[in-house]
Amino acid sequence: MTNNTLLKPSRPVGIVGYGAYVPRYRIPAKEIARVWAGGKASGLPVKEKAVPGLDEDVITMSIEAARNAMARAQIAPSQLRAIWVGSESHPYAVKPTSTVVGEAIGAVPHIQAGDWEFACKAGTEAMVAAMGFVGSGMAEYAMAIGMDTAQGKPGDALEYTAAAGGAAFVIGPAENSLAVINASYSYVTDTPDFWRREYQRYPEHGVRFTGEPAYFNHITSSAKTLMQELGLTAKDYTWAVFHQPNTKFPQRAAQMLGFTPEQIAPGLLVPLIGNTYSGASIIGLTAILDIARPGDRILLASFGSGAGSDAFDIVVTEKILERAGLATRTQEYIARRTEIDYATYARFRDKITMK
Amino acid sequence: MEIPRHWRLKKQRYALVGEVCPHCDYKIFPPRDVCPNCGDEAKTLYTFSGRGEVFSYTTIYEAPTGFDSMAPYTVALIKLEEGPMVTAQLTDLGDQPVEIGMPVEMVTRKMRNDGDERGVIVYGYKFRRRV
Repeated sequence: MTNNTLLKPSRPVGIVGYGAYVPRYRIPAKEIARVWAGGKASGLPVKEKAVPGLDEDVITMSIEAARNAMARAQIAPSQLRAIWVGSESHPYAVKPTSTVVGEAIGAVPHIQAGDWEFACKAGTEAMVAAMGFVGSGMAEYAMAIGMDTAQGKPGDALEYTAAAGGAAFVIGPAENSLAVINASYSYVTDTPDFWRREYQRYPEHGVRFTGEPAYFNHITSSAKTLMQELGLTAKDYTWAVFHQPNTKFPQRAAQMLGFTPEQIAPGLLVPLIGNTYSGASIIGLTAILDIARPGDRILLASFGSGAGSDAFDIVVTEKILERAGLATRTQEYIARRTEIDYATYARFRDKITMK
Repeated sequence: MEIPRHWRLKKQRYALVGEVCPHCDYKIFPPRDVCPNCGDEAKTLYTFSGRGEVFSYTTIYEAPTGFDSMAPYTVALIKLEEGPMVTAQLTDLGDQPVEIGMPVEMVTRKMRNDGDERGVIVYGYKFRRRV
Protein backbone atom coordinates (compact mmCIF):
# COMPACT_ATOMS: atom_id res chain seq x y z
CA MET A 1 0.00 0.00 0.00
CA THR A 2 1.29 3.44 -0.87
CA ASN A 3 0.65 6.62 1.00
CA ASN A 4 -1.78 7.55 -1.76
CA THR A 5 -4.29 4.92 -0.67
CA LEU A 6 -6.48 7.17 1.45
CA LEU A 7 -8.53 10.10 0.22
CA LYS A 8 -7.45 13.03 2.39
CA PRO A 9 -8.25 16.58 1.34
CA SER A 10 -5.44 19.11 1.56
CA ARG A 11 -7.77 21.39 3.54
CA PRO A 12 -9.38 19.57 6.51
CA VAL A 13 -13.14 19.01 6.13
CA GLY A 14 -16.02 17.67 8.17
CA ILE A 15 -19.75 17.41 8.75
CA VAL A 16 -21.16 20.86 9.54
CA GLY A 17 -24.78 19.76 9.70
CA TYR A 18 -26.75 16.55 9.31
CA GLY A 19 -30.41 15.63 8.98
CA ALA A 20 -32.41 12.44 8.70
CA TYR A 21 -35.84 11.54 7.44
CA VAL A 22 -37.99 8.43 7.91
CA PRO A 23 -41.61 8.33 6.73
CA ARG A 24 -44.17 7.42 9.38
CA TYR A 25 -45.77 4.25 8.00
CA ARG A 26 -44.50 0.78 8.97
CA ILE A 27 -45.33 -2.65 7.61
CA PRO A 28 -44.22 -5.53 9.87
CA ALA A 29 -42.26 -8.33 8.17
CA LYS A 30 -44.75 -10.83 9.59
CA GLU A 31 -47.54 -9.05 7.68
CA ILE A 32 -45.61 -9.59 4.42
CA ALA A 33 -45.01 -13.21 5.47
CA ARG A 34 -48.76 -13.58 6.11
CA VAL A 35 -49.45 -12.75 2.46
CA TRP A 36 -46.53 -14.51 0.75
CA ALA A 37 -45.07 -17.15 3.08
CA GLY A 38 -48.00 -18.76 4.86
CA GLY A 39 -47.43 -16.69 7.97
CA LYS A 40 -43.86 -17.85 8.57
CA ALA A 41 -42.81 -16.08 11.75
CA SER A 42 -39.13 -17.02 12.20
CA GLY A 43 -36.01 -16.10 10.28
CA LEU A 44 -37.43 -12.80 9.01
CA PRO A 45 -34.67 -10.30 8.14
CA VAL A 46 -36.17 -7.31 10.00
CA LYS A 47 -39.02 -6.58 12.42
CA GLU A 48 -40.63 -3.97 10.18
CA LYS A 49 -39.84 -1.44 7.47
CA ALA A 50 -40.66 2.20 6.79
CA VAL A 51 -43.09 2.93 3.96
CA PRO A 52 -43.54 6.36 2.32
CA GLY A 53 -47.00 7.94 2.23
CA LEU A 54 -48.90 8.55 -1.01
CA ASP A 55 -47.49 12.07 -1.32
CA GLU A 56 -43.85 11.20 -0.62
CA ASP A 57 -40.94 10.43 -2.92
CA VAL A 58 -37.17 10.90 -2.93
CA ILE A 59 -37.60 14.62 -3.69
CA THR A 60 -39.92 15.38 -0.76
CA MET A 61 -37.93 13.19 1.63
CA SER A 62 -34.64 14.78 0.55
CA ILE A 63 -36.12 18.24 1.11
CA GLU A 64 -37.00 17.38 4.72
CA ALA A 65 -33.60 15.83 5.46
CA ALA A 66 -31.90 18.81 3.79
CA ARG A 67 -33.91 21.26 5.94
CA ASN A 68 -32.84 19.35 9.06
CA ALA A 69 -29.20 19.44 7.94
CA MET A 70 -29.39 23.18 7.29
CA ALA A 71 -31.02 23.78 10.69
CA ARG A 72 -28.01 22.12 12.33
CA ALA A 73 -25.40 23.65 10.02
CA GLN A 74 -26.53 27.20 10.85
CA ILE A 75 -25.36 28.54 7.49
CA ALA A 76 -27.23 30.51 4.83
CA PRO A 77 -28.54 28.40 1.92
CA SER A 78 -26.62 30.66 -0.48
CA GLN A 79 -23.36 29.44 1.11
CA LEU A 80 -23.91 25.96 -0.35
CA ARG A 81 -22.10 25.47 -3.64
CA ALA A 82 -23.40 21.97 -4.43
CA ILE A 83 -26.42 19.76 -3.80
CA TRP A 84 -25.88 16.17 -4.79
CA VAL A 85 -28.57 13.54 -4.24
CA GLY A 86 -27.71 9.85 -4.38
CA SER A 87 -30.61 7.45 -4.92
CA GLU A 88 -31.83 4.53 -6.98
CA SER A 89 -35.40 5.79 -6.85
CA HIS A 90 -35.23 9.31 -8.28
CA PRO A 91 -38.82 10.28 -9.18
CA TYR A 92 -37.86 11.19 -12.73
CA ALA A 93 -35.82 9.20 -15.25
CA VAL A 94 -34.77 12.57 -16.69
CA LYS A 95 -35.06 15.76 -14.56
CA PRO A 96 -32.87 16.23 -11.52
CA THR A 97 -34.00 15.63 -7.96
CA SER A 98 -31.28 18.01 -6.78
CA THR A 99 -32.68 21.13 -8.49
CA VAL A 100 -36.03 20.76 -6.72
CA VAL A 101 -34.28 20.24 -3.37
CA GLY A 102 -32.06 23.27 -4.06
CA GLU A 103 -35.06 25.43 -4.92
CA ALA A 104 -37.01 24.30 -1.85
CA ILE A 105 -34.22 25.16 0.59
CA GLY A 106 -33.39 28.43 -1.19
CA ALA A 107 -29.91 27.39 -2.35
CA VAL A 108 -30.31 28.10 -6.09
CA PRO A 109 -29.12 29.45 -8.54
CA HIS A 110 -25.35 29.75 -7.88
CA ILE A 111 -24.83 26.07 -7.27
CA GLN A 112 -23.76 22.71 -8.65
CA ALA A 113 -26.60 20.19 -8.72
CA GLY A 114 -26.74 16.61 -9.83
CA ASP A 115 -28.17 13.19 -9.10
CA TRP A 116 -25.96 10.22 -8.32
CA GLU A 117 -26.57 6.52 -8.72
CA PHE A 118 -24.50 3.64 -7.37
CA ALA A 119 -27.11 1.29 -5.91
CA CYS A 120 -26.92 1.75 -2.12
CA LYS A 121 -23.72 3.81 -1.96
CA ALA A 122 -24.73 6.78 -4.13
CA GLY A 123 -25.09 8.93 -1.00
CA THR A 124 -21.62 8.23 0.36
CA GLU A 125 -20.15 8.68 -3.13
CA ALA A 126 -21.68 12.17 -3.07
CA MET A 127 -20.12 12.70 0.38
CA VAL A 128 -16.66 11.82 -0.94
CA ALA A 129 -17.16 14.23 -3.83
CA ALA A 130 -18.28 16.94 -1.39
CA MET A 131 -15.12 16.31 0.68
CA GLY A 132 -13.06 16.91 -2.44
CA PHE A 133 -15.08 19.96 -3.46
CA VAL A 134 -14.65 21.62 -0.06
CA GLY A 135 -11.17 20.18 0.57
CA SER A 136 -9.81 21.69 -2.64
CA GLY A 137 -11.06 25.13 -1.65
CA MET A 138 -13.42 25.36 -4.64
CA ALA A 139 -16.40 25.48 -2.31
CA GLU A 140 -16.98 26.44 1.32
CA TYR A 141 -19.99 24.14 1.79
CA ALA A 142 -21.57 21.29 -0.20
CA MET A 143 -24.59 19.12 0.55
CA ALA A 144 -24.63 15.36 -0.02
CA ILE A 145 -27.85 13.37 0.33
CA GLY A 146 -28.57 9.64 0.23
CA MET A 147 -32.30 8.86 0.04
CA ASP A 148 -34.43 6.05 -1.30
CA THR A 149 -37.95 4.69 -1.62
CA ALA A 150 -36.64 1.24 -2.43
CA GLN A 151 -38.46 -1.12 -4.75
CA GLY A 152 -39.22 -4.68 -3.66
CA LYS A 153 -40.96 -7.10 -6.00
CA PRO A 154 -44.11 -8.52 -4.38
CA GLY A 155 -43.25 -11.90 -2.88
CA ASP A 156 -39.48 -11.47 -3.36
CA ALA A 157 -37.04 -11.81 -0.45
CA LEU A 158 -36.21 -8.10 -0.81
CA GLU A 159 -39.81 -7.08 -0.19
CA TYR A 160 -39.33 -7.67 3.55
CA THR A 161 -36.57 -5.06 3.72
CA ALA A 162 -36.85 -2.56 0.79
CA ALA A 163 -37.71 0.58 2.74
CA ALA A 164 -37.78 4.38 2.60
CA GLY A 165 -35.61 6.96 4.32
CA GLY A 166 -32.21 8.60 4.27
CA ALA A 167 -30.04 11.47 5.37
CA ALA A 168 -28.45 14.74 4.27
CA PHE A 169 -25.06 16.16 5.22
CA VAL A 170 -23.60 19.63 4.89
CA ILE A 171 -19.88 19.13 4.32
CA GLY A 172 -17.68 22.12 5.11
CA PRO A 173 -14.38 23.27 6.61
CA ALA A 174 -13.20 21.29 9.65
CA GLU A 175 -13.08 24.38 11.87
CA ASN A 176 -16.87 24.74 11.58
CA SER A 177 -17.64 21.02 11.76
CA LEU A 178 -19.50 19.03 14.39
CA ALA A 179 -17.49 16.01 13.23
CA VAL A 180 -14.22 16.05 11.30
CA ILE A 181 -13.76 13.53 8.46
CA ASN A 182 -10.09 12.60 8.64
CA ALA A 183 -10.02 10.39 5.56
CA SER A 184 -12.03 8.09 3.35
CA TYR A 185 -11.19 5.04 1.28
CA SER A 186 -13.26 3.29 -1.40
CA TYR A 187 -13.04 -0.29 -2.65
CA VAL A 188 -14.79 -0.96 -5.97
CA THR A 189 -15.04 -3.89 -8.44
CA ASP A 190 -17.48 -5.05 -11.13
CA THR A 191 -19.62 -7.53 -9.21
CA PRO A 192 -23.08 -8.49 -10.54
CA ASP A 193 -24.91 -9.04 -7.23
CA PHE A 194 -27.95 -6.79 -7.73
CA TRP A 195 -29.26 -4.65 -10.58
CA ARG A 196 -32.31 -3.11 -12.19
CA ARG A 197 -32.50 -2.74 -15.96
CA GLU A 198 -34.00 0.34 -17.60
CA TYR A 199 -37.84 0.44 -17.64
CA GLN A 200 -38.02 -2.38 -15.07
CA ARG A 201 -40.04 -1.66 -11.93
CA TYR A 202 -38.20 -4.07 -9.68
CA PRO A 203 -34.56 -5.09 -9.26
CA GLU A 204 -33.05 -8.56 -9.66
CA HIS A 205 -30.45 -10.06 -7.35
CA GLY A 206 -27.98 -12.92 -7.26
CA VAL A 207 -29.56 -14.49 -4.14
CA ARG A 208 -26.70 -15.96 -2.00
CA PHE A 209 -24.11 -14.38 -4.29
CA THR A 210 -25.01 -11.04 -2.67
CA GLY A 211 -23.19 -12.10 0.52
CA GLU A 212 -19.54 -13.14 0.38
CA PRO A 213 -18.21 -11.79 -2.96
CA ALA A 214 -20.33 -8.65 -2.83
CA TYR A 215 -21.27 -7.25 0.59
CA PHE A 216 -18.68 -8.86 2.88
CA ASN A 217 -15.70 -8.62 0.52
CA HIS A 218 -16.22 -4.95 -0.30
CA ILE A 219 -17.28 -3.63 3.08
CA THR A 220 -14.54 -5.43 5.05
CA SER A 221 -11.89 -4.49 2.45
CA SER A 222 -12.75 -0.79 2.60
CA ALA A 223 -12.99 -0.68 6.39
CA LYS A 224 -9.83 -2.77 6.96
CA THR A 225 -7.74 -0.73 4.54
CA LEU A 226 -8.92 2.56 6.02
CA MET A 227 -8.09 1.43 9.57
CA GLN A 228 -4.71 -0.06 8.56
CA GLU A 229 -3.63 3.07 6.71
CA LEU A 230 -4.61 5.23 9.67
CA GLY A 231 -2.89 2.87 12.12
CA LEU A 232 -6.14 2.19 13.93
CA THR A 233 -8.06 -0.88 15.07
CA ALA A 234 -11.70 -1.49 15.99
CA LYS A 235 -10.81 -0.74 19.62
CA ASP A 236 -9.94 2.86 18.72
CA TYR A 237 -13.53 3.54 17.67
CA THR A 238 -16.41 4.53 19.90
CA TRP A 239 -19.02 3.66 17.27
CA ALA A 240 -19.25 1.94 13.90
CA VAL A 241 -21.99 1.84 11.31
CA PHE A 242 -22.23 -0.34 8.23
CA HIS A 243 -24.59 -0.63 5.28
CA GLN A 244 -27.51 -2.64 6.61
CA PRO A 245 -29.51 -4.60 4.02
CA ASN A 246 -30.84 -6.85 6.81
CA THR A 247 -30.06 -7.33 10.50
CA LYS A 248 -27.48 -10.11 10.16
CA PHE A 249 -25.10 -8.70 7.51
CA PRO A 250 -23.91 -5.61 9.44
CA GLN A 251 -23.68 -7.64 12.65
CA ARG A 252 -21.44 -10.19 10.93
CA ALA A 253 -19.34 -7.54 9.15
CA ALA A 254 -18.80 -5.83 12.51
CA GLN A 255 -17.72 -9.10 14.10
CA MET A 256 -15.31 -9.87 11.22
CA LEU A 257 -13.70 -6.44 11.71
CA GLY A 258 -13.46 -6.78 15.49
CA PHE A 259 -16.30 -4.47 16.57
CA THR A 260 -18.54 -5.32 19.50
CA PRO A 261 -22.36 -5.36 19.39
CA GLU A 262 -22.32 -2.27 21.67
CA GLN A 263 -20.27 -0.29 19.15
CA ILE A 264 -22.81 -0.82 16.36
CA ALA A 265 -26.01 -0.72 18.46
CA PRO A 266 -27.02 2.97 18.07
CA GLY A 267 -26.48 2.96 14.30
CA LEU A 268 -28.20 -0.37 13.61
CA LEU A 269 -31.62 0.89 12.56
CA VAL A 270 -32.50 -1.77 9.99
CA PRO A 271 -34.62 -3.95 12.33
CA LEU A 272 -37.05 -1.05 12.83
CA ILE A 273 -36.99 0.85 9.51
CA GLY A 274 -35.72 -1.72 6.99
CA ASN A 275 -33.05 -1.22 4.35
CA THR A 276 -33.18 2.38 3.17
CA TYR A 277 -30.67 1.64 0.37
CA SER A 278 -28.76 4.88 -0.39
CA GLY A 279 -29.78 6.07 3.06
CA ALA A 280 -29.03 2.91 5.03
CA SER A 281 -25.53 3.44 6.40
CA ILE A 282 -25.75 7.24 6.64
CA ILE A 283 -29.05 7.37 8.50
CA GLY A 284 -27.33 5.07 10.99
CA LEU A 285 -24.59 7.72 11.22
CA THR A 286 -27.21 10.40 12.02
CA ALA A 287 -28.56 8.27 14.88
CA ILE A 288 -25.01 7.95 16.24
CA LEU A 289 -24.32 11.70 15.91
CA ASP A 290 -27.57 12.33 17.83
CA ILE A 291 -26.04 10.68 20.90
CA ALA A 292 -22.31 11.24 20.27
CA ARG A 293 -19.98 13.12 22.61
CA PRO A 294 -17.01 15.29 21.64
CA GLY A 295 -13.99 13.08 20.93
CA ASP A 296 -16.01 10.03 19.87
CA ARG A 297 -14.48 8.26 16.86
CA ILE A 298 -16.86 6.75 14.28
CA LEU A 299 -16.25 4.31 11.43
CA LEU A 300 -18.79 4.58 8.61
CA ALA A 301 -18.73 1.99 5.81
CA SER A 302 -21.35 1.98 3.08
CA PHE A 303 -21.95 -0.68 0.46
CA GLY A 304 -23.46 -0.38 -3.00
CA SER A 305 -24.20 -3.32 -5.24
CA GLY A 306 -22.37 -3.51 -8.49
CA ALA A 307 -20.21 -3.19 -6.26
CA GLY A 308 -18.28 -0.93 -3.91
CA SER A 309 -17.85 0.37 -0.40
CA ASP A 310 -16.84 3.80 0.96
CA ALA A 311 -15.29 3.89 4.43
CA PHE A 312 -14.87 7.07 6.50
CA ASP A 313 -12.96 7.91 9.67
CA ILE A 314 -14.90 10.53 11.62
CA VAL A 315 -14.11 12.29 14.92
CA VAL A 316 -16.84 14.26 16.73
CA THR A 317 -16.05 17.81 17.92
CA GLU A 318 -17.38 20.09 20.67
CA LYS A 319 -19.84 21.65 18.19
CA ILE A 320 -22.05 18.53 18.39
CA LEU A 321 -23.27 19.70 21.79
CA GLU A 322 -24.89 22.87 20.47
CA ARG A 323 -26.11 21.49 17.12
CA ALA A 324 -27.53 17.98 17.67
CA GLY A 325 -30.69 19.40 19.25
CA LEU A 326 -31.42 21.91 16.47
CA ALA A 327 -33.52 19.51 14.34
CA THR A 328 -35.66 16.39 14.74
CA ARG A 329 -33.56 13.46 15.94
CA THR A 330 -33.52 10.21 14.00
CA GLN A 331 -35.05 8.20 16.86
CA GLU A 332 -37.92 10.73 17.03
CA TYR A 333 -38.73 9.96 13.40
CA ILE A 334 -38.55 6.23 14.14
CA ALA A 335 -40.86 6.60 17.15
CA ARG A 336 -43.45 8.40 14.96
CA ARG A 337 -45.05 5.22 13.72
CA THR A 338 -48.32 4.12 12.12
CA GLU A 339 -48.66 0.43 11.30
CA ILE A 340 -50.26 -0.47 7.98
CA ASP A 341 -51.44 -3.76 6.48
CA TYR A 342 -50.34 -5.28 3.18
CA ALA A 343 -53.32 -3.87 1.28
CA THR A 344 -52.56 -0.30 2.36
CA TYR A 345 -48.88 -0.89 1.61
CA ALA A 346 -49.78 -2.12 -1.88
CA ARG A 347 -51.77 1.07 -2.46
CA PHE A 348 -49.09 3.40 -1.02
CA ARG A 349 -46.35 1.78 -3.11
CA ASP A 350 -48.39 1.85 -6.31
CA LYS A 351 -48.40 -1.92 -6.62
CA ILE A 352 -52.02 -2.01 -7.74
CA THR A 353 -52.07 -1.36 -11.48
CA MET A 354 -55.23 0.36 -12.70
CA LYS A 355 -54.41 0.49 -16.41
CA MET B 1 -50.48 21.20 -19.14
CA GLU B 2 -49.88 24.22 -16.91
CA ILE B 3 -46.09 24.29 -16.86
CA PRO B 4 -45.67 28.11 -16.78
CA ARG B 5 -48.01 28.38 -13.78
CA HIS B 6 -46.25 25.66 -11.79
CA TRP B 7 -42.90 27.27 -12.55
CA ARG B 8 -44.10 30.75 -11.53
CA LEU B 9 -45.56 29.53 -8.22
CA LYS B 10 -42.70 27.22 -7.18
CA LYS B 11 -41.15 29.44 -4.48
CA GLN B 12 -44.40 30.00 -2.61
CA ARG B 13 -45.42 26.37 -3.05
CA TYR B 14 -42.13 24.69 -2.08
CA ALA B 15 -41.16 26.86 0.87
CA LEU B 16 -44.00 29.25 1.81
CA VAL B 17 -42.16 32.26 0.41
CA GLY B 18 -44.49 35.24 0.73
CA GLU B 19 -43.87 38.93 1.30
CA VAL B 20 -43.45 41.37 4.15
CA CYS B 21 -44.66 44.96 3.93
CA PRO B 22 -41.68 47.33 4.35
CA HIS B 23 -44.07 50.03 5.65
CA CYS B 24 -46.14 48.25 8.32
CA ASP B 25 -44.35 44.86 8.71
CA TYR B 26 -47.53 42.99 7.74
CA LYS B 27 -46.74 39.43 6.56
CA ILE B 28 -48.40 38.51 3.26
CA PHE B 29 -49.25 35.08 1.84
CA PRO B 30 -49.76 34.37 -0.97
CA PRO B 31 -47.55 37.17 -2.30
CA ARG B 32 -49.56 39.94 -4.01
CA ASP B 33 -47.12 42.90 -4.11
CA VAL B 34 -49.62 45.25 -2.45
CA CYS B 35 -50.06 45.23 1.33
CA PRO B 36 -53.64 44.28 2.25
CA ASN B 37 -53.14 46.05 5.59
CA CYS B 38 -51.85 49.51 4.59
CA GLY B 39 -52.28 49.50 0.81
CA ASP B 40 -48.65 50.37 0.06
CA GLU B 41 -46.34 48.48 -2.26
CA ALA B 42 -44.91 45.33 -0.63
CA LYS B 43 -42.48 43.28 -2.70
CA THR B 44 -39.92 42.21 -0.08
CA LEU B 45 -39.72 38.41 -0.03
CA TYR B 46 -40.34 36.74 3.31
CA THR B 47 -40.01 33.02 4.09
CA PHE B 48 -42.61 31.91 6.61
CA SER B 49 -41.62 29.66 9.51
CA GLY B 50 -44.15 27.04 8.40
CA ARG B 51 -45.60 26.81 11.91
CA GLY B 52 -49.28 27.38 12.58
CA GLU B 53 -52.43 25.78 13.89
CA VAL B 54 -55.58 24.24 12.46
CA PHE B 55 -58.39 26.82 12.33
CA SER B 56 -60.89 24.48 10.69
CA TYR B 57 -60.88 21.39 8.51
CA THR B 58 -62.91 18.99 6.37
CA THR B 59 -62.31 15.62 4.76
CA ILE B 60 -62.62 15.22 0.99
CA TYR B 61 -63.96 11.89 -0.24
CA GLU B 62 -64.95 12.94 -3.79
CA ALA B 63 -61.75 14.59 -4.95
CA PRO B 64 -61.40 16.85 -7.96
CA THR B 65 -59.60 15.55 -11.04
CA GLY B 66 -55.89 15.08 -10.40
CA PHE B 67 -56.33 14.54 -6.65
CA ASP B 68 -58.45 11.39 -6.79
CA SER B 69 -55.52 9.03 -6.20
CA MET B 70 -54.94 10.67 -2.78
CA ALA B 71 -58.59 10.58 -1.59
CA PRO B 72 -59.78 10.55 1.09
CA TYR B 73 -57.70 13.44 2.41
CA THR B 74 -58.18 16.28 4.87
CA VAL B 75 -58.03 19.95 3.89
CA ALA B 76 -57.61 22.61 6.55
CA LEU B 77 -57.51 26.33 7.09
CA ILE B 78 -54.16 26.92 8.75
CA LYS B 79 -53.56 30.07 10.79
CA LEU B 80 -49.83 30.72 10.35
CA GLU B 81 -47.83 32.02 13.32
CA GLU B 82 -47.06 35.18 11.35
CA GLY B 83 -50.74 35.92 10.77
CA PRO B 84 -52.02 34.85 7.35
CA MET B 85 -54.51 32.02 6.86
CA VAL B 86 -53.75 29.43 4.18
CA THR B 87 -55.73 26.53 2.78
CA ALA B 88 -53.75 23.33 2.54
CA GLN B 89 -53.96 19.57 2.78
CA LEU B 90 -53.04 17.88 6.04
CA THR B 91 -50.76 14.88 5.69
CA ASP B 92 -49.19 12.10 7.78
CA LEU B 93 -52.29 12.00 9.99
CA GLY B 94 -51.90 8.29 10.69
CA ASP B 95 -54.70 7.08 12.92
CA GLN B 96 -54.86 10.14 15.17
CA PRO B 97 -57.84 12.53 14.89
CA VAL B 98 -57.49 16.14 13.68
CA GLU B 99 -58.41 18.80 16.20
CA ILE B 100 -59.08 22.50 15.85
CA GLY B 101 -56.14 24.34 17.40
CA MET B 102 -53.76 21.44 16.65
CA PRO B 103 -50.20 22.76 16.14
CA VAL B 104 -48.94 21.94 12.65
CA GLU B 105 -45.80 22.46 10.56
CA MET B 106 -45.27 22.83 6.83
CA VAL B 107 -43.79 20.02 4.74
CA THR B 108 -43.20 19.93 0.99
CA ARG B 109 -45.03 17.05 -0.63
CA LYS B 110 -46.31 15.73 -3.93
CA MET B 111 -49.59 17.45 -4.82
CA ARG B 112 -50.45 15.72 -8.10
CA ASN B 113 -49.24 14.98 -11.62
CA ASP B 114 -49.73 17.69 -14.22
CA GLY B 115 -52.02 15.69 -16.47
CA ASP B 116 -51.21 11.99 -16.29
CA GLU B 117 -48.16 10.02 -15.15
CA ARG B 118 -46.18 11.45 -18.08
CA GLY B 119 -46.56 15.06 -16.86
CA VAL B 120 -44.39 16.97 -14.40
CA ILE B 121 -44.89 16.20 -10.74
CA VAL B 122 -46.31 19.20 -8.88
CA TYR B 123 -44.83 19.69 -5.40
CA GLY B 124 -46.17 22.05 -2.77
CA TYR B 125 -46.89 22.77 0.88
CA LYS B 126 -48.97 20.57 3.10
CA PHE B 127 -49.13 20.58 6.90
CA ARG B 128 -48.72 17.84 9.45
CA ARG B 129 -48.97 17.54 13.19
CA ARG B 130 -45.71 18.89 14.61
CA VAL B 131 -43.10 16.17 15.12
